[in-house]
Amino acid sequence: MSDSTLNEQEESILVDNEKGNFSFPEDYQFDAGTGLSKETIAYISSVKNEAEWVKEFRLKALELFEKKPMPTHWASSDLENIVFDNIRYYLSKGQKPSRTWEEVPDDVKETFERLGIPEQERKFLAGVEAQFDSEAAYSRMKEDLEKEGVIFVGSSEGLEKYPEIFKPYFGKVIPSADNKFSALNSAVFSGGSFIYVPKGVKLKQPLQAYFRINAENFGQFERTLIIADEGAELTYMEGCTAPKFETATLHSAVVELVALKNAKIQYITVQNWSNNVFNLVTKRAHAEENAEVKWIDCNIGSRLTMKYPGVVLKGRKARGEVLSIALANDGQHQDTGAKMVHLADETTSNIISKSISIGEGRSTYRGQVHMPKHLKSCKNNTECDALLINSNSRTDTYPAITTRGDANTVQHEASVSKVSAEQIFYMMQRGLSEGEAMSLAVNGFVNDLLKAFPMEYSVELKRLIDMEMEGSVG
Amino acid sequence: MHSLEIKNLNVSIEDQPILKDFNLTIPKGEVHALMGPNGTGKSTLAKVIAGHEDYEVTSGSIELDGQSILGNEPDEISQAGLFLAFQYPLEIPGVSIANFIRAAKQSRLEEGNTLDAVAYYKELYEKMDALKIDRKFTSRSLNEGFSGGEKKRCEVLQMSMLEPKYCIMDETDSGLDIDALKIVSEGVNLMRGPDRGFLIITHYQRLLDYIIPDVVHVMFDGRIVHSGNAQLAHELEAKGYDWVKETFASPTVQ
Repeated sequence: MSDSTLNEQEESILVDNEKGNFSFPEDYQFDAGTGLSKETIAYISSVKNEAEWVKEFRLKALELFEKKPMPTHWASSDLENIVFDNIRYYLSKGQKPSRTWEEVPDDVKETFERLGIPEQERKFLAGVEAQFDSEAAYSRMKEDLEKEGVIFVGSSEGLEKYPEIFKPYFGKVIPSADNKFSALNSAVFSGGSFIYVPKGVKLKQPLQAYFRINAENFGQFERTLIIADEGAELTYMEGCTAPKFETATLHSAVVELVALKNAKIQYITVQNWSNNVFNLVTKRAHAEENAEVKWIDCNIGSRLTMKYPGVVLKGRKARGEVLSIALANDGQHQDTGAKMVHLADETTSNIISKSISIGEGRSTYRGQVHMPKHLKSCKNNTECDALLINSNSRTDTYPAITTRGDANTVQHEASVSKVSAEQIFYMMQRGLSEGEAMSLAVNGFVNDLLKAFPMEYSVELKRLIDMEMEGSVG
Repeated sequence: MHSLEIKNLNVSIEDQPILKDFNLTIPKGEVHALMGPNGTGKSTLAKVIAGHEDYEVTSGSIELDGQSILGNEPDEISQAGLFLAFQYPLEIPGVSIANFIRAAKQSRLEEGNTLDAVAYYKELYEKMDALKIDRKFTSRSLNEGFSGGEKKRCEVLQMSMLEPKYCIMDETDSGLDIDALKIVSEGVNLMRGPDRGFLIITHYQRLLDYIIPDVVHVMFDGRIVHSGNAQLAHELEAKGYDWVKETFASPTVQ
């Protein structure tokens, strides 16, 4: 690809920390108040005018949430600092998602314009949904896709209008009881994307959702469910930002993917949360026979991220992949990884995880690969590489690979490397500033992984890394 | 004014003096060779000039065309026109030669200007051809898995791409076979000219058969003890460094 197109794309995709650090005064029509109770749920459910079964689903999840302990026996004790009673669980301007940007309220429109969303939509996206706090402000998909039967709506609309399609899978890939935060999401979910791609339909351009937190002390709980019917293919990209607030903000999503026979789903996350966000997300996919699910997950920013995208390989020859990059700067903890559950013969999974720890930043990799004894010809490859920049950084790796029987193969490699002072000196001797030199070293570290990413995404990621590294030079 | 001028430079590492009242002036247009046994401070000198932070400069001055560069950051010194070809070039995994040199050239442009990619690659390929570096190397990670000779050729490639005013070459000949030595020397000779000064640090005279120096300095125990013309290198080669030690060793201070 030529350089001019690269530059164009660099200009077109602009999401960075400083750009995201602004907020508009609050002006909400619906506000569930602070704290979580049955009343909160009744309020959310009535605002959304939901079916009775959805409300029941929420209330049951609330019970589970209240019963489940914090997973602090294995995870960071920083979780204890989340005060659920101080969080606001639902905020909305009462808007229906607009089909044109002109109809979007001015402050919301300006928010997304500053984040570059309408421009990206024009350039390379097949559809966009832009969520502002609890609800989508804008949602539009190219008309030809609608004609082909593609559904791309918010969670409420999906459950209301297309229950026959979504209800059978809703909460099935990730049951409410899966963990404390999936239970929380199931109780108070709002927004997110529900997508159905019919048999044999292959989307050439990505669908994108953008999640924006505007209000302080707010919890964003979007719910996404993507179903790719037999032979269907799609790429979905999500981006996230929030302004820097003094108090903690909670983002706790549930994302369920279903790839039916021969289908392919690629799910890409560009996450650039501010330092006050607890980002606790559950993501899992089911892959049926010969289906392929690829999670591309990049975690920059946040106070604590816990996220382990998984693929349950249910059908013969199903393939699962997690490619992830985590960057932990001062005051941040990226606790990320992957889960692969092999349930059929000849299934393959691939996990490549790269983490970068800077200053006091901390990265943790947790992997789980499960291959039962009765299966044949299953393969897993796991690689986790950590890069440390300066001596205070910390990195931990917890790979758990359970393989039984001898008809399967697993391969695991891990490495830890450092950017040395001599490497920085060498690059600076050629004229690069300290920040540029570190940025180049980090880009080099993730480079082979970036090559596997779609172009638009790798360009954006490079930009984000540059921003992050520039800020880390004292 | 048009010179790299080092005056009365004293440098220590952990209170151990390495350079002692060191003096050297390299006018533009000249090639100076600095020879001497191991441990006399040659590489320390190179790194101090380039702004390495591990060394403590206790006194003295380093000026580049009349401007002091002592205490400046390594990137500022580079931007001012000084290039150091490393004795042990570092590996930068995942960063291709083409991207690295491009970033280095880009850093020399005013903010807002972008390097012309077509012209850049044209120049890069020409210079790679001259140094007999396979064009496939552009996409290889910088110095990673390179042989000693490949690393040194890559240093000379960077040097010719960045067009510095002053070049310090720290034992560029070590690890080179005779063919690579000739190629590297040709590359350096092509860069010689009235607007550029060279300091060639080497143990051996054989490099100086290909890059004929204007001045040869002999360094011992932290300072230059003897200077002469190209003939001095041959003399050293014949007599060995023991001759230097015997002739120039400073009286032991009790």
